[in-house]
Amino acid sequence: MPVDSPTAAQPAPLVSDSRTFRRAIRDLVDGATVHRELWLELGWQDIKQRYRRSVIGPFWITIATGVTAGALALLWSVLLGADVKTLLPQLTVGFVLWAFIQSSIIDGAEVFIANEGLIKQLPSPLSVHVYRLVWRHLLFLAHNMIIVVVVLAVFPPKQWSWTQLSVIPAIGMLALTGVWVAMFFGILATRFRDIAPLLTALTQLLFYITPVVWTLDTVPGGNSERAQLVKLNPLYHYLELVRGPLTGKPFDPQHWYVVIGCTVVGIALTLVLMKQFRSRVAYWV
Amino acid sequence: MSVSIRTQDACVDFPVFDAKSRSLKRAVMGSAGGKVMADDNVVVVEALRNITMSLDEGDRVGLVGHNGAGKSTLLRLLSGIYEPTRGTAVVKGRVAPVFDLGVGMDPEISGMENIIIRGLFLGQTRKSMQRKADEIAEFTELGDYLSMPLRTYSTGMRVRIALGVVTSIDPEILLLDEGIGAVDAEFMRKARKRLQALVERSGILVFASHSNEFLAQLCDRAMWIDHGQIRQEGGIEEVVTAYEGAEAGAQVRTVLDKIAAEDD
Repeated sequence: MPVDSPTAAQPAPLVSDSRTFRRAIRDLVDGATVHRELWLELGWQDIKQRYRRSVIGPFWITIATGVTAGALALLWSVLLGADVKTLLPQLTVGFVLWAFIQSSIIDGAEVFIANEGLIKQLPSPLSVHVYRLVWRHLLFLAHNMIIVVVVLAVFPPKQWSWTQLSVIPAIGMLALTGVWVAMFFGILATRFRDIAPLLTALTQLLFYITPVVWTLDTVPGGNSERAQLVKLNPLYHYLELVRGPLTGKPFDPQHWYVVIGCTVVGIALTLVLMKQFRSRVAYWV
Repeated sequence: MSVSIRTQDACVDFPVFDAKSRSLKRAVMGSAGGKVMADDNVVVVEALRNITMSLDEGDRVGLVGHNGAGKSTLLRLLSGIYEPTRGTAVVKGRVAPVFDLGVGMDPEISGMENIIIRGLFLGQTRKSMQRKADEIAEFTELGDYLSMPLRTYSTGMRVRIALGVVTSIDPEILLLDEGIGAVDAEFMRKARKRLQALVERSGILVFASHSNEFLAQLCDRAMWIDHGQIRQEGGIEEVVTAYEGAEAGAQVRTVLDKIAAEDD
């Protein structure tokens, strides 16, 4: 990694800039610009890997998602008398988004450990591995979106409006969140090897307390005062940010406020962590 | 921008985590109990100590030393993979490290795709790699085989690809670690010629090797690394004599004389 700090040719006292915000930010920026082609290619190869020697490759995940969502929607409608027409899109979009959120957290924690060989052999910004991960999961998300499109074509939302287009920046926010989450937990989990299994267990728990497979409208008592506690869970807002517009709900700025707030705090925390420990990751893996 | 490497009292200390200190549980409980689990509880291996060096454009330095003396770690320090734990290291210029020829290769994709990815790792663009693809294909002599997945390749064929890529770029700082074995003799001659040309193109070369002949061919200075420190620095003959004895020194002399005779 070239370092162009202003040092004189004379043996003037050199100052180590390993632990500065400047280096942390440059890691992120260099990864996104100079090394862009590298992670685009690597993430793409990760996907192609799934197709190799397999007839339908990553679409296996798409099919599994579709079948699960379909079966659950059927189950809910029979058990609770819920309306399949509104429930199926809800569940499908929820599952697809959850797959992205979950893998950002779980794979994110392993991102540097999994790339130990590359980190120790080839100098590149740490962010390259993070971008590769997020890019790969965005590509998976795109695969899964096929099932969303099919479901929405069969059960279209009741009304469309321009605010539905907010789904595009919403997915952008998800990707940005994926970057800081993977970087943040990636650094922590490389140092403390208990974090990855801890996060796996925690994500499982989050899956149940976040309205992915259930919604406030379908569960009994969903309209009660207490049920509003769900809104304290930031993941609910992340989910609704994308799911809302896709399932034809009216635009709710509340979700955006929460998500933007979380993103600002998250990125700030990540930068602090990177400032302190970015240069230590190669030692820890 | 001029190419240069400056280090000052650079140290590389590896923390050796056992389950005790790498576990979050212990760190949390430790502090809760009033005892701070600081880094001083972790066993630290000092891989490099107080490395001060200054390399500029045109320097060709060979590293000698026993296994585990710190040669490879030093190369990783110079490449920016390890940032010094104490002291500083400032590296200006595009670095091409050739450490482990197998890393960054995907066994499932074709040789040609691997060539491009490897080039990207070394800071090339996709376009520039595609331009060089024919030349590399010719050098590796693998022909149509390049479209086969890499897992069908022998070790020697993989080394050919790695060498083909690294010798096709113009690095400002070339860091070579030994272990470029496993190639047949005829190919090695060809590779050596290309390596020499590469070394001439690159601004700075640092080369770690146990082959005195190879060192004499590529370098004009040497450093003896011992127990993580620079024990001696100087001409190749001088350093090799100090490190391995008069016989090895004489061997270096013969190679140097031969090269000088060829140049005349």
